[in-house]
Amino acid sequence: MMEGSGALDLVLSGDPALYAIVRLSLVVSLSAVALAALIGVPLGGLIALTRFPGRAGVIVLLNAFMGLPPVVVGLAAFLLLSRSGPLGSWGLLFTPTAMVIAQAALITPIIAALTRQSVEDLWSEYRDELNAMGVGPLNRLLTLLYDARIALVTVLLAGFGRAAAEVGAVMIVGGNINGFTRVMTTAIALETSKGDLALAMGLGFILIAIVFAINASAWALRYYAERRIG
Amino acid sequence: MRILFSALTMACLTFGAQAQEKVITIASTTSTQDSGLFNHLLPAFKAKTGIDVKVIAQGTGQALDTARRGDADVVFVHAKSAEEKFLAEGFGVKRFDVMYNDFVLVGAASDPAGIKGSRDIVASLKAVHAKTAPFVSRGDKSGTHVAELALWKEAGLDPAAAKADWYKEIGQGMGAALNTAKAMGAYVLSDRGTWISFKGKDDLIIAVEGDTKLFNQYGVMLVNPAKHPHVKADLGQAFVDYVISAEGQKVIADYKIEGQQLFFPNAGK
Repeated sequence: MMEGSGALDLVLSGDPALYAIVRLSLVVSLSAVALAALIGVPLGGLIALTRFPGRAGVIVLLNAFMGLPPVVVGLAAFLLLSRSGPLGSWGLLFTPTAMVIAQAALITPIIAALTRQSVEDLWSEYRDELNAMGVGPLNRLLTLLYDARIALVTVLLAGFGRAAAEVGAVMIVGGNINGFTRVMTTAIALETSKGDLALAMGLGFILIAIVFAINASAWALRYYAERRIG
Repeated sequence: MRILFSALTMACLTFGAQAQEKVITIASTTSTQDSGLFNHLLPAFKAKTGIDVKVIAQGTGQALDTARRGDADVVFVHAKSAEEKFLAEGFGVKRFDVMYNDFVLVGAASDPAGIKGSRDIVASLKAVHAKTAPFVSRGDKSGTHVAELALWKEAGLDPAAAKADWYKEIGQGMGAALNTAKAMGAYVLSDRGTWISFKGKDDLIIAVEGDTKLFNQYGVMLVNPAKHPHVKADLGQAFVDYVISAEGQKVIADYKIEGQQLFFPNAGK
């Protein structure tokens, strides 16, 4: 796939195979964050604002699921998506879509649990105001989510970091197929197994640099947004 | 948010486009992938037939299980007994010999069991056992693991059952096993292809080679469409036909690393 070793050489060489791997890593993990946010943000907000029997149990469960082992999530997704599994007819195993599904399942609890925490903190702050203004339940949720939007950026970043860094789930459901489902983490695992530790480490540095760049942009976004709001 | 949605859209487009093409999935072994054979063989196959091949590289046991579940169209592995069981269960259509290479017993240059240069694998394993020299086993039901267990059996020993502390079952692929053996100064059975292409040899050397018992046969099978109707029988059969054809066999023979031929074609022989 690539000649030479060391992160710098790799980036400078402009190897198309490397860029394809980096691109797929980003597409898969960002798609997973988008999918997980669609489910996790409303879910977290809902749990924060409602009271129902067993709520404490749900919150503890959600918090515990933040530590789901990727390999277990991957195995569960594998069993669901395999041709012999209940969703086998979709033919999704060993595709990037399967990887998105597995990563989304992995990080939805993280996004839901952290969203709940952020919204609940705001809720205790603004409860009296919102009640006095007679704001309905749906508008309460939307108002508080909007107010928490900057904190939610951090929540999404936590989800992205987890998704981009995991190898267990994408290895199982993606199969690490060259040019099709190979991402940064599985490429690192493969180069390690081939004994090319320098190349593996070089790829590792590239992955860390990408995650750093994304976090830095998010931080900058947040910084300027806060200043503008004042 | 908009960026995320456009990423999702882009993802759907990317994945959608892939589904239109002629493409098959092959469950194969880490040895064929890690040795680089597929990078050499698949472009030639694509040029001839226009078929893209997606390779899942696993141990032989896992690769056969992947095919049993219907998640691959073709299996290309190396453990004849396990392959014949797979056929007997009705999951394969027909098995063809494709090529062979051989196993080598790799160890640290310090050679704690004193077996360097031996051509007798069974006697060498007995010596490893007698000296309780560290030994790394794949422990993952791969073709190499199956072959290793058969050799221990032939030596009348069963270190796995004895849970001997010099015998480490790591449950990982060939490359990982070589990395571990290097770190522990241990012996390890490797297929020659992975060994030649392994980049972190350092002070690892071949201790034992050349015994006919170290012969390593690869076979190819189309997964039975009668068991799994979605199997792409025509495209999969095209791959099987290609690797056992004179042309495919020549491509396999031509694959060399540092002037050394890694696999020796023997289809139909």
